[in-house]
Amino acid sequence: MIIFWILAPLMVVCALGMVISRKAVHSALLLAVVMVSLAVLYAAQQAPFLFAVQIIVYTGAVLMLFLFVLMLVGVDASDSLVETLRGQRLVAILIGLVFVVLIVLGLAQTTVGTVVGLNNANLDGNVPGVAALLFSTYVFAFEVTSALLITAALGAMVLAHRERLTPKPSQRDVVRQRMRDYADRGLHPGPLPAPGTFARHNSVDTPALLPDGTPSQLSISRVMRSRGTVRDIAGDRSAIAEVEAETQAQTQALERSER
Amino acid sequence: MSPTPFLVLSALLFSIGTVGVLVRRNAIVVFMCVELMLNASNLAFVTFARTTGNLDGQVAAFFVMVVAAAEVVVGLAIIMTIFRTRRSASVDDASLLKY
Repeated sequence: MIIFWILAPLMVVCALGMVISRKAVHSALLLAVVMVSLAVLYAAQQAPFLFAVQIIVYTGAVLMLFLFVLMLVGVDASDSLVETLRGQRLVAILIGLVFVVLIVLGLAQTTVGTVVGLNNANLDGNVPGVAALLFSTYVFAFEVTSALLITAALGAMVLAHRERLTPKPSQRDVVRQRMRDYADRGLHPGPLPAPGTFARHNSVDTPALLPDGTPSQLSISRVMRSRGTVRDIAGDRSAIAEVEAETQAQTQALERSER
Repeated sequence: MSPTPFLVLSALLFSIGTVGVLVRRNAIVVFMCVELMLNASNLAFVTFARTTGNLDGQVAAFFVMVVAAAEVVVGLAIIMTIFRTRRSASVDDASLLKY
């Protein structure tokens, strides 16, 4: 059972990291490590069906759902470290330690007897064995599970559903609103200017230049402006000025030679 | 191999999950810690199934997984709803049920 002694410390470290790490995405990834390791431990304990289910359901479905919600909520929604209840963290860790000591002492005092092993129960294969139990002894619980799953799906749909309070604006409404904005506030009714396309940069963080040489604020996404990731094209403008000066000099030289 | 190391590992993971639930305030991370606790109990179930030599423990672990999946779906939907109304996923902000 070398696999256990390799995986067990890794799992404990990852679980601790999950609790400690401030970013929720890191927690989710560390939890994925713990879950895959658990699946391997199931396989090592003669439970190949649960090994597959653990990987498919937990690392496949549940963790993806977690990551999906994390992305929806905003990745950088990290925890604040300010304690709202004084000493709560310390007491919680103490309680956890007491809990560990209690369970481990309890485990140490019990005798588990001889390990029977599942070779006999897995004689026809693990999956048929589990299925035989599921559809005989536990068939009622299994049927109730279906009701639970349907309820959960319905509940999620009801909770995630958002009622539309205003009617959806049609194309006609959009045009009317634009013309009203133009009449009242003088806003440009056409589409916004595209980002700048230059020899060196044509990405969306490059602002377009207005005729007077200043960058157009409208050509850049509002998000980029507030994040401050708009490319500074002042250096490019000096390059443009250089090129212009050169061309001017050349034209002057040409004119002089013609005279 | 003796089941005791597996059970001790299960206990450790469960306690780490408990501490996480008590300490963390991001609702999503609290949820992850609950998942860790459920997984730890599953490990104990599978270990006991091997010790006693019948598959009932594995069936129990299977049911725990089903319940956990349903719980995650509803829980994350609730977190989404809370986030939509108050722009935060912290469990401290949701101290009043109504407002």
